[in-house]
Parts: sequence; structure tokens; C-alpha cells
Amino acid sequence: MRTAGRTATPASTPALLRDVGAIGVAIVAIGASFGAVAVAAGLPVVATIAMSALLYAGGAQFMAVGLIAAGSPVAAVFAGLLLNARHLPFGLALGDVLGRRWRDRLLGSHLMTDEATAFALAQPDPAGRRRAFWLAGTVLFLAWNLGTLAGVLLASRVGDPLRLGLDAAFPAGLLALLLPALREPQTRRVALVGAAVAVLVTPLLPAGLPVLLALSGLAVLLLPRRHRERPC
Amino acid sequence: MLIAVILTLAVGTYAFRLSGVVLRDRLALPDGVNRLLPMAAAALLAALAVTAALTEAGAFAGFARPSGVLVGAVLAWRRAPFIAVVVAAAATAALLRLLGVP
Repeated sequence: MRTAGRTATPASTPALLRDVGAIGVAIVAIGASFGAVAVAAGLPVVATIAMSALLYAGGAQFMAVGLIAAGSPVAAVFAGLLLNARHLPFGLALGDVLGRRWRDRLLGSHLMTDEATAFALAQPDPAGRRRAFWLAGTVLFLAWNLGTLAGVLLASRVGDPLRLGLDAAFPAGLLALLLPALREPQTRRVALVGAAVAVLVTPLLPAGLPVLLALSGLAVLLLPRRHRERPC
Repeated sequence: MLIAVILTLAVGTYAFRLSGVVLRDRLALPDGVNRLLPMAAAALLAALAVTAALTEAGAFAGFARPSGVLVGAVLAWRRAPFIAVVVAAAATAALLRLLGVP
């Protein structure tokens, strides 16, 4: 993202809106796919819409629909919560980015996603992070729920998001948002080791756990190094 | 039953989201730990991106998706605009699938 972080200047609101919009368009399409898949799996329309509004976590929603359809509602709860446990460390990293008032914390927490967190943390200063979080949080929440609604209404007429390559868009977007942080050597080492650990254990562990185990990447900070930096 | 599943998932997920934000304020963490938090978030997001790029339901995702992500990552590295990164990644994966690449 040319506009944010990398040049250490905060992104302007129009630039942010354009970048968030790019991900938002993809999220509308994935949301539509979720709505169509959920209804096709036998979920009532109201439950499908409520899931997107109240749970608001794409990966957990797809997983839960699959497990509910397979007749394992308890597994759906455990698997979904395991997948979403990463939001706790996201909240720790974001902290006051949401705002100091309780109203902001209570509302902002519901808007917290991987993408909103990545957009916020890509900004160089506190004001920029707050603006990016709320902008991405609001736009992407609307996109996901409008997408779900469209998917429920259009049902079988919704195309397959794989044919549009949208599954490649999200990892690429996250990496682009992470690049400014990855240019810092310590963060890069931590992230590379964490990502490698997550990939290696993905075939072995239930979804959600591999990503949490990426936190083990922090252990590289304990290794002795010749160039020990002490950022302020 | 369905309502209970959705509400439990929604309340539990919201609790994860809110508790991190509130804990950060309440714990008064030492500076050394505060410095680690953005790194921890970067490690989680990098792991999400890489596992999402390479795997689907615990197995290899096929070649189209990682190729698309790689094209996007190279463009991002070359400081291309964010939209170009996202569109190029999707277009590459879509094109490869059109050509029959899994």
C-alpha cells in the first residue's frame, strides 16, 4: 500500500477509502457466497442474516454452516471459537486504537476483523490508526452484511468466488498491508518464523490453532544476536 | 438449537474481541511487553495470509491461489498501489483456473 506506512506518512481518507473499497468489493462477493451456501445448506434466511450481523467472522461462519449441516452443532461452536481466538491478541495490539470511551470500545470490538486490524496497524501514527480502523471496520461490516443479504436473495444465482480468484485477493491484501511492518528486521523475523510454524502444523491441527501458534515466532527475540536493536 | 449455536458463537467471539482491548488498558503492561504486541499481531496476520494462500481445509490449496498471492506479493514489494496488488492476485488465480490449473 503505497499510501500507508511504507513512506511513514499517514494515508489520506480518500486513499484509505479506495484501498478499503477494493477489499470491500471482494467481501461483498464472499458474503454473497456465504449467504447462498448457508441457505443451500438448509439454514433459515433469518439465521443466515443474523449470523453475519452478530457473529461477523467469515471463516467461522463458513465452518459453522458446514458443521451444522453435518449435524455437529457442538463442534461448530468449539471450532468457530478456536478459529476466532486470535481476536484477543488483535485487541491487545489495537488497544486504544478503537478509542478510550466505552461506547467506542464496545462498538469497535464488534467491527474487529483481520482486515480492519491490518489496515489500522499499517498506519504510522495513532490518529491514522484510529481513522483506518473505523473506516475499514464500518465499510467491511456493511460489505459483509450486504453481501450476505444479496446471497440469500439471489441464492443459486450467485457465482463461485473461486472463479474470480477472490481467494487469492485476501492473502495478497493482508501481505501488502503487512509489508511496512515487515521492513523492520525484528518484526520480519518474528512474522516469518510464526508463519512458517503455522504452515507446518496446519495439516496436523484443527483450524485456528496453527495461526495462534504463530505467536511462538516471538521466541526468536530471545535468541542472541550481534545487532541487537532497541527501538524506543 | 440453531439459535443457541449462533448466539454462543457470537457472544464468545465478541468476548475475545472486547477482552483484548480492555485487558490492554487494565493490565498496565511493561514497555517491553507493549513493544511485542504489534509484532505478535504481525506474526498472526502473516500466518493467516500464508496459511490462507497455501492451504484449504488442512491440505495444499492447489497452484492457482498461491500463484496469485505471489504475483500480488511481488507487486506489493515493488510498491505497487494496493488495488493493483489485490486485483492482480485475483486475476492471476482466476486466469490460471480458466486455463485448467487447480
